[in-house]
Amino acid sequence: MTTVLTAGLGLKPQHFDAALGCPADGLWFEVHPENYMVAGGPRLAWLEAIRARHAISLHGVALSLAADAAPDPAHLARLAALARRVEPALISEHLAWSTWGGAYYPDLLPFPRSGAALARISDNVSRAQDALQRRIALENPSHYLEIDGHDWSEIDFLSQVARRTGCGLLLDVNNVYVSAHNMGYPAERYIDAFPAEHVMEIHLAGHAPDPGLGRALLVDTHDAAVAPEVWALYARLIARIGARPTLIERDDKLPDFAVLYAERERADALLRAPLAEAA
Amino acid sequence: MHELNVPLPGALARFQDAFARALLMPAAEPAIAIASDVAALIVQPAFAVYRNTVMKGCVDALQSNYPAVARLVGEEWFRAAAAIYVRQTLPAEPSLLRYGAAFAQFLARFEPAAELPYLPGVARLDRMWTEAHTAADDDVLDPADLARVDAATLEATVLHPHPAARWAWFADAPIYTIWSRNRVAAECDDDLNWQPEGALLVRPRGAVEWIALDAAACAFLDACAAGASLAAAAQAALDTQGDADLAQLMSTLLAAGAFSRMSFEQSTEEQP
Repeated sequence: MTTVLTAGLGLKPQHFDAALGCPADGLWFEVHPENYMVAGGPRLAWLEAIRARHAISLHGVALSLAADAAPDPAHLARLAALARRVEPALISEHLAWSTWGGAYYPDLLPFPRSGAALARISDNVSRAQDALQRRIALENPSHYLEIDGHDWSEIDFLSQVARRTGCGLLLDVNNVYVSAHNMGYPAERYIDAFPAEHVMEIHLAGHAPDPGLGRALLVDTHDAAVAPEVWALYARLIARIGARPTLIERDDKLPDFAVLYAERERADALLRAPLAEAA
Repeated sequence: MHELNVPLPGALARFQDAFARALLMPAAEPAIAIASDVAALIVQPAFAVYRNTVMKGCVDALQSNYPAVARLVGEEWFRAAAAIYVRQTLPAEPSLLRYGAAFAQFLARFEPAAELPYLPGVARLDRMWTEAHTAADDDVLDPADLARVDAATLEATVLHPHPAARWAWFADAPIYTIWSRNRVAAECDDDLNWQPEGALLVRPRGAVEWIALDAAACAFLDACAAGASLAAAAQAALDTQGDADLAQLMSTLLAAGAFSRMSFEQSTEEQP
């Protein structure tokens, strides 16, 4: 059995038995570590049972690396403890903030990409990597707002953080499509300019039109199949940069495991061509 | 123009202060006293995506953590009440698994819930389920181990409640019956006998399990949790309920998996 990770799936409790029994080569599973930061009980037991069969990726949503404050040491310690326990193949987080003033806002919030933000976020990423004793990948978020005060483009900003901290990047192709649509630029331009050398992981997910504003605003809902336009961007990306572990992300309106698995097979097939070429 | 607009120290912190405050403002409220760079964001229709995501995440978590309460009051009522709780009490830890620690106290003060006096008790049991579900793993005390303790030592034996064990006595209402009928989506039309009830939640084999408990058994567990010897815990049970059947009480608790281990109290004379 090869140790190369190809396409993975988000792990949902409803799909636990199917996930556990799935023998696919290169398959891996991703979880939000915040959902497993417990002292004990069935959740950790599920995760460890999956880990005994498959590689795991920890995809954090609450480290709040873009907050103008150091990451919460207690949260970092819990993340490090979970990482020691499940020895994940990948750990990732977002270029966003979600905690402020002692409260947790469960979302990935935006900020002006200023020089001060670059210094703060680079410092925060370094603190996280020091605590975890490993390289993490930082994900491009979805954008909805026109924000004044960006001194850096997102790609240049992410490249700078990667250069300063040694971290990798997680390229979410659906977020690129959603952001490009909402902010009015060509998604292909972003995909083509993204620094290949830093990409540790790729995400694919579904989106939906805003219930109020319609198609004028696309929302990164993770509640639908990956859109044809996103598949096209993904194929374009893989043709340029080669194979990288790719996740099918689905968090809402969960279909049967077989439906998600079919999407996973589509990504897996796209990744096999460059892998075969490289072999 | 851009080079004139050098960000002041602390600009990111001020942005986050204002943005965080605006997230919980009702959309209709004018954005007064909000830093001007953020005020320009709030007026964009897309700002609602963040507002809605934060609120939905918190309300979904409460609905998931308080399913018996939600089933009793219906989804619409629950989500409206939950939204008020969210504005008062945001998650204080960066995870939603245990969000809503103060929800039972909130419901006890919540005017529209005044006609449902059993609601805070049901919320307490939902909360105890979450605590039991996420508590540390430990072995369950084998009743045979206790049976091997000789009679002389038995009185000084201390039983330690399992880390996942949670119990409560409700003196005013049949909270356990109301809760257990609504925790699982089962239809039950049996008459409700309006009487005091207690509950024990345990996790001896992975999943959380529950049984009804009488006042004596609740007092017994309270004493054990405080480190009392078996003799003192038995006395506490008898003080609560003069006719308590101690043998039955012990076998119920041991069979449920309420204890993880035992230790032996040392009398002061025996210490070196």
